[in-house]
Amino acid sequence: MPATVKETVFWLIIKKNMPTGWWVRLKRANFILMKSERDFIDWADAYLKGLLSDQESKAFEDYLINDNEAYEKYLAHQNFIEGITLYGKRVDLQNELNRIHAGLNMEEVIELAIPKEPLVIRLWNKYKINSLVAACVALIAVFSTLWLTGFYSQDDASQYIALRRDMNNIRQNVRAQNALIKDINKNHNGAIMPSHYGATGFALSSDGYVMTTYHVIKDADSVYLQNNAGSSYKVKVVYTDPAYDIAVLKIIDDDFKSFGNLPYTFKQSAADIGEDVYTIGFPREEAVYGRGYLSSNTGYSGDTVAYQVSIPVNPGNSGGPVLDNRGNIIGVINSKQTETDGAAFAIKSNYVLKAIAAIPEESLDKKIVVNKKNMLGNLSRTEQIKRVQDYIYMIKVY
Amino acid sequence: MSKENNYTLSNDEEIVAGIQKGETCAMESLYKTHFPMIMRLVVNNGGDIDDAKDIFQEAIIILYDKITAGPFELSSKLKTYLYSVGRNLWFKKLTKKGIYSNIDDFEDKLLVDDDVELHKERDKQFTLMEEALKQLGEPCQTIIKDFYIRNLSMQEICEKFGYTNTDSAKNQKYKCLQRLKKLFFG
Repeated sequence: MPATVKETVFWLIIKKNMPTGWWVRLKRANFILMKSERDFIDWADAYLKGLLSDQESKAFEDYLINDNEAYEKYLAHQNFIEGITLYGKRVDLQNELNRIHAGLNMEEVIELAIPKEPLVIRLWNKYKINSLVAACVALIAVFSTLWLTGFYSQDDASQYIALRRDMNNIRQNVRAQNALIKDINKNHNGAIMPSHYGATGFALSSDGYVMTTYHVIKDADSVYLQNNAGSSYKVKVVYTDPAYDIAVLKIIDDDFKSFGNLPYTFKQSAADIGEDVYTIGFPREEAVYGRGYLSSNTGYSGDTVAYQVSIPVNPGNSGGPVLDNRGNIIGVINSKQTETDGAAFAIKSNYVLKAIAAIPEESLDKKIVVNKKNMLGNLSRTEQIKRVQDYIYMIKVY
Repeated sequence: MSKENNYTLSNDEEIVAGIQKGETCAMESLYKTHFPMIMRLVVNNGGDIDDAKDIFQEAIIILYDKITAGPFELSSKLKTYLYSVGRNLWFKKLTKKGIYSNIDDFEDKLLVDDDVELHKERDKQFTLMEEALKQLGEPCQTIIKDFYIRNLSMQEICEKFGYTNTDSAKNQKYKCLQRLKKLFFG
């Protein structure tokens, strides 16, 4: 035990046997005796560390109870020492944590911490908003530019409007033809929306029978003919054959007298591949000549009723005759394949003749007499066209 | 998340009991279990691995102080507590850097502002103490640390520093302590 502590204990013993006033005076004297606070600090340290025996501890406590000044000094010291010990503990803890951290397998931790999402998903999550904003800006930019540059304005030339009307017409015709291609051999009842569009037809016999395709006049309210010269006739449908896509019309106008002698004939036998052929039709308000060759003996997806001809045709050509070099009709244009270039289809002439022969007698005023005398054989192409085009009509369907 | 979830509340209780007893393995297990979560929090919100380490260790210290300070009752999952503290600390750090962004939460969170404040206050004291000790210089620093932190006896210190007797060692210690107080209290 340190000497100073012994001294203090001595003083405490004195205190016990003395009146209080004495003690205070003696205590002051004691501090002077101890010369410094060092001994008090040592004493307090010993007490704090639990180095004192029970009796000594009791003595220290009693000393503090009786002296406020010493007690406060003790509290301040205790507080400060606690600060030091806590700091020491904190340093230890920090070291411990660093040691644990150093022992970690970082790769494993990273794998646990950051779920492996595919890069695309992570990027998407991150830039979702940005990209949506960018997309909106892009859309606005595109449409405002189109609008500013007049893409949407319709006040331009009348040509532009006319073109649109044509486009509408063409679209309807394409739809009609596509529908036909789809079930060319089926008599389907699906109504094509009634609207007006045009096609082509040609004279069958001198007494006013006209040939066209079935899909043209299907669902028609009324049908009119108009030829190159401008004369217009009302016609009625006398016969249809949906299977072959054939329709026969008869002019019922009183003004009509006769076609006169037709210049062309129907070819009875099959035509040969490679034969030079042409057609005249009304894809627009004027007759349009189209020239090409017979490219296949079968039609759309192997259809034996039709030929494939390589002639540029457009909606409105339907029902136009296909003639060979000598002015024989070898077929009737009825459709084309949209996704293939130069693939138009024409109903073979012998099926046309078969269909005419199959017309019931009672639906006709007079039997149709097909012309047998060809007047075009030795004429040049242009001469042929001049002769033929009077017998080819634009068909207007309402 | 699913991979971090494979522990239960009973496990939490074991860890708390272990830390109260001062078991190293309890601390280790706590560290290993929850570090990935804080890592994810920090790394996904603009920090790097070192930031994650700092934040997580601070959170662990706060939890440790709470557990060791006195009667401790587990009122939530340790995971939730650590996440909340870590989130709070990282948010403050981001704000300090001038980044005012929202943190994407992927866990529940508690209000831990009081605990974090208390910790900040205590940390300030520790920094002061550290500074004071640093300025104290040798051999005073070591004497103080040996006596008050490492709990060496005066006799051992006397031998370690080669003082002729314990009384001169005591004198030295006393002087050192007085200087430290002066430095600490400014």
